[in-house]
Amino acid sequence: MADVALQVDRLSHAFHPGTSNEVRALDAVDLALERGTFTVVLGTNGSGKSSLLNAIAGTLPPGGGRIRLDGRDITRWPEEQRARLISRVFQNPFAGTASDLTVAENLTLAAQRGSGRWLRPAVGRERRRAIAKLVARLGMGLEQRLDTPIGLLSGGQRQALTVLMATMVRPALLLLDEHTAALDPRSAEQVIRLTREVIAAGGLTTLMVTHSMSQATQLGDRVLVMHRGRIAFDLPGARRQRLREDDLLQLFDQLRWADRLDESAAEMLRRAYV
Amino acid sequence: MNLFIGAAAIGFILALLALGVFVSYRIYHTLDITADGSFGIGAAVVAALLVKGVHPLPATAAATAAGLAAGAVTGLVHTQLLVSALLAGILTSTALYSVSLFVMGSGNVSLVSAESLATLAERVLRLPDSVTLLGTPVSGGSLATLILMALLTIAVAVALGLFLATDLGLAMRAAGNNPQMAKAVAIKVDWMVVLGLSIANGLIAMSGALLAQYEGFANIQMGIGALVLGLAGVMVGEALLGRPRTMVWWIAGVVIGAVVFRLAIAAAVRAGLNPNALKAVTALFVLAVLTLPHLIGRLRRPKGELVVRHG
Repeated sequence: MADVALQVDRLSHAFHPGTSNEVRALDAVDLALERGTFTVVLGTNGSGKSSLLNAIAGTLPPGGGRIRLDGRDITRWPEEQRARLISRVFQNPFAGTASDLTVAENLTLAAQRGSGRWLRPAVGRERRRAIAKLVARLGMGLEQRLDTPIGLLSGGQRQALTVLMATMVRPALLLLDEHTAALDPRSAEQVIRLTREVIAAGGLTTLMVTHSMSQATQLGDRVLVMHRGRIAFDLPGARRQRLREDDLLQLFDQLRWADRLDESAAEMLRRAYV
Repeated sequence: MNLFIGAAAIGFILALLALGVFVSYRIYHTLDITADGSFGIGAAVVAALLVKGVHPLPATAAATAAGLAAGAVTGLVHTQLLVSALLAGILTSTALYSVSLFVMGSGNVSLVSAESLATLAERVLRLPDSVTLLGTPVSGGSLATLILMALLTIAVAVALGLFLATDLGLAMRAAGNNPQMAKAVAIKVDWMVVLGLSIANGLIAMSGALLAQYEGFANIQMGIGALVLGLAGVMVGEALLGRPRTMVWWIAGVVIGAVVFRLAIAAAVRAGLNPNALKAVTALFVLAVLTLPHLIGRLRRPKGELVVRHG
């Protein structure tokens, strides 16, 4: 059996359960991510892709099912405990950094992910030097602005820093939640390039949610298409390599047809029997 | 001159209150009304211990500990029982009123015959009865008290500044600034809130304990309006030094602000302001600082013109 990092078994979550408005955001999802692989999740709004990510991150308490990461059952771990193993980059470029704290302080917080925080001076000389070196890699000149409150930087700069922060301590799993959707095209491209670099450099197990078909065809080595709380298509390996944007559009069309068929079939049954 | 020496001493004492309010208000964006109760419990605990003959230093430490506990209670009620921070503070503060009464045994405890930090300062520094300062004679005793209170407050302010720059202090600030981010870097936000409110109220109780020793009595009413008084100090500080980027200057500003505010109040009282009006004046001052920038901005913008900002 392949080396599995994340193992999700029959993960379920319903919004407004037991009412007529019940929405099955996650309908008994099974998923296994092999260590060091980069998986992209596509889906329409309400397909359950964000719910899947949030359930794994721990912000959405699952209604049922089990989540194992690196052989540990983390289903009942609270969010901040999971954060010792899982790092995240949010869609909102302002969510992943603390705006009143400086660049150096934000990166220091990320460098301490998973270790004890006690009474040592946080930003020592050595840490500063390491941070300056890391930030210089971005080529944004931020190494000159280590003492600037991070809230004064642009969304693109902050998101690039968030990507760095997510990987300062090697995570067992990296979750990317449409992390370029709120950026202008140029910044988005920069952040994607950086994301690709850090994932390749660390051989990180990654799960990325996106709306973008082009990202889905260009990034990663496996594509999942979610629909109505289930994984409708799983395109690994060779199938992913041949995948073009047109193919994805076709898959979405198929799903739409299936939906319509469901509705018209239900309507037919209603007419016939009710 | 004596009036201003006294006002400066009280200013330094209330600077601790302002620092406590600074921690809850500026780090956690929470107006923690526990302040009123913890200021009172600080005064109550120190008074009860001093009349029993306990040395002023451990008595002041015990009063501070009472405040730490009070803040922790508010923090736990807020984060573990999921009561809003405002209500949690009100509940703790209300309950503390009774606790203070139990501790003191009555609504008023005189410390005239007890040894306190004030009498200790006079004895240890041994200044002559009358000292000439800027050409005017001032009482050596009140100068000694001022020196002690100033040193104590500055030491606490420096310690707070250093603490906020440690790994733990940084985690606390992140938890207050962006809880979502803090959780994502594995910070236990709930515990940071408990710790922060605890530290804030410890500082406030210490302030209450020092004020009781300075005034020579503890009164059950002492804590009323403490939160607003502390806020005034924070705001004067920010008005004087701006909102500096570094914690050190921000904290220095709060201390300076509290002292300046007290001196201004002393000047106003000397100029004829009825001391009974002080709390109303303080409240109006805070209201003015909070709303004036906004109101001025509204007046400046010409009417009938739609302001569209392109980002």
